[in-house]
Amino acid sequence: MKNPIEHLNKIFDSRIRLGIMSALMVNDAVSFNELKELLDITDGNLASHLKTLEETEYVKVQKGFIGRKTNTTYSITRSGEKAFKQHLEALTKMIGSVK
Amino acid sequence: MNEQQQSLEDLKHIKSIMERSSRFISLSGLSGIAAGICALIGAGIASQKINCWVKGDCQLSGLIGTAGTDLLNELFWIATLTFVAAFISAFFFTYIRSKKNGIPIWGATTMRLFWNTLVPITVGGIFLIKLMELGEYQLVAPGCLIFYGLALVNASKYTLGEIRYLGYGQLLLGILNLWLIGYGLQFWAMGFGVLHIVYGIVMWYKYERKA
Repeated sequence: MKNPIEHLNKIFDSRIRLGIMSALMVNDAVSFNELKELLDITDGNLASHLKTLEETEYVKVQKGFIGRKTNTTYSITRSGEKAFKQHLEALTKMIGSVK
Repeated sequence: MNEQQQSLEDLKHIKSIMERSSRFISLSGLSGIAAGICALIGAGIASQKINCWVKGDCQLSGLIGTAGTDLLNELFWIATLTFVAAFISAFFFTYIRSKKNGIPIWGATTMRLFWNTLVPITVGGIFLIKLMELGEYQLVAPGCLIFYGLALVNASKYTLGEIRYLGYGQLLLGILNLWLIGYGLQFWAMGFGVLHIVYGIVMWYKYERKA
């Protein structure tokens, strides 16, 4: 039997990146501030994790305005969705292999 | 922590984030109980008014002549006050719970829940106003229950899922009431009063007892 650990995605080792992806899976678009509140982390910390996810093209950014304020929202890409689903499957298999 | 435990923790984390980011989970069971009590008090006062009007010994309607329209007016105000009191007390307990859990009360999930509950309620309200204009008062109580039930079933996608069963209960009562016209107030008290209280107790027991 293949080792399920191979299918675990290194990108999702971080709880914060895992959290960002989870929120984006069930929402069309989530703003920077909403993510910050949800995950309870600092601006800098969140920005650096988002950067990583953007670089791997799992997440895409939309820049917009609400009045004069910038409103940056994030959503998941096709490949991000696929990667997340594979990671979920691998996690489930890991738990299943206890037996 | 071994790898299996780590995976389980990760899955729990994913589930929690998904729920917190897509559903409004601060809705308190105590809100249901409070709203139910308001509804029962409102129904009690309304039933007294109707009784004394039927017997013809109301002091008020004696003073203001046309007793029929006077009664309807009074019932309308009782209903409005009941709704406001129920809404405020329900909001109060949910506000406290969201404060306690550190989840902001006004966010994307609240907006979504609000909007998706408001649409069926508003449409239902307009429909019922038209029914009253046409003098079809016997359909008002079942109409309230049916539209409220539909609103709750719709809302269940955006908050704690169990609220769907409260919705089914309201729908069942509303439909039964269609064939038992004349017991509107009793059905109304059952749905908005008793069902809310039962739902509130169950939810409080399930989610908040330990907290």
